[in-house]
Amino acid sequence: MIEFTFWDIVRNLLLAARWTVLLSLAAFIGGALVGLAVLFFRIAKNKWVKRIASGYIALFQGTPLLMQLFLMFFGLPMLGLRIEPWTAAALGLTFFASAYLAEIWRSGVDALPRGQWDAGASLGLHYLQELRLIILPQAFAITRAPTVGFLVQLIKSTALTSIIGFEELVRTSNAINNATFEPFKVYGLVALIFFVMCFPLTQYARRLERRAGAR
Amino acid sequence: MGYSLDFGWLAGALGAITRGAATTILLIAVTTLAGTFLSILGAAGKRNGPKPLQLAIGIYVEVMRNTPFLVQLFFIFFGLPSLGVRLDPILAAMLAMTLNMAAYTIEIVGAGLDAVPRGQSEAALALGLRPRQVFVKIVLPQALKVIYPALTSQIVIMMLESAVVSQIAVRELTYEADMLQARTFRAFETYFVVTMVYLGLSMGLRRLLVGGGRRVLGAGVS
Repeated sequence: MIEFTFWDIVRNLLLAARWTVLLSLAAFIGGALVGLAVLFFRIAKNKWVKRIASGYIALFQGTPLLMQLFLMFFGLPMLGLRIEPWTAAALGLTFFASAYLAEIWRSGVDALPRGQWDAGASLGLHYLQELRLIILPQAFAITRAPTVGFLVQLIKSTALTSIIGFEELVRTSNAINNATFEPFKVYGLVALIFFVMCFPLTQYARRLERRAGAR
Repeated sequence: MGYSLDFGWLAGALGAITRGAATTILLIAVTTLAGTFLSILGAAGKRNGPKPLQLAIGIYVEVMRNTPFLVQLFFIFFGLPSLGVRLDPILAAMLAMTLNMAAYTIEIVGAGLDAVPRGQSEAALALGLRPRQVFVKIVLPQALKVIYPALTSQIVIMMLESAVVSQIAVRELTYEADMLQARTFRAFETYFVVTMVYLGLSMGLRRLLVGGGRRVLGAGVS
């Protein structure tokens, strides 16, 4: 039997936490890129394009993330792709994040007065220029608080990838707990590590919200 | 491609899927009632309680909101037995879900309480109602009306999150899906069907809550 000292546990958990951070970043960046594409569809003028984007968002917001991860994990190999837990986790979280981010930013675009579009058009800008120069910068600015809030949700969601076998913080803690039988200590430390990652972001989001409210 | 979809197993699996869905509905029903009740107490305590209580509720909310539900679930399910409390998986799941949801709804209910003008409770006090009556009969109904949409979303989110309680062997929808795919070797099809069941559940739940809210809380609830 292997003896784990307190510091062994902490060290192993922190090493595993690197993967949690990396996965969160990958999913956030990937989700932002895909989410931007979904946003373009969602605010398009064509009714059908809009409807497809709404359906995409409703699908991801109306089903459990765990199911989405399972479908990635078991579905992609059917398309002939060899898939590791890391790929399934990163892709699954990317699509999950894209739906939420697109919807958050869409609310920002909707919140802008019509006059912003009209002013852009009267300056002779075409649709994409209007979006890039006038609409999106403002939409991003007013939705910064919910975007940061969603990042917190995304970090917490990485815990679910332990279930499809990705070696991040929670999966490592399960293994340690099985060896040490100290669930309070192990899961308490895991909760603490997540808290240290998420709490500053929560506070930041709250400050952004307050500043937006004061304006 | 050498793989073709096969849904032939579905006819024999309807019973298991229905049973799982029923457990998921039971979980979210209990969580909604207990969580809302707890959050009303919490929000009232955070506003009017003694200082240490206010501080404790504040810490509770922050800890729950900044850690993953899965970790909270493991902490409760694997941790409590070492204190000598042995919980049935389904009870542990209900406890974890309620505690998690309350942390979010305490903030929501609190925002609703703040939105009710002070004049409402002053008027009620002037009419001779006792403070408890003022809270239950005057302030709370108005607060609930304001926050009802946010509460509805939180309940749906919690229902979707409940999928992870399969990890402590609660026999709900996801657990039944795990069992089915192990038996049929049709993982993708099984999870696809169950995902669609979840989609139906979340849309139905939302519709039910909005309709029920209109009836109970009156017009103006969206």
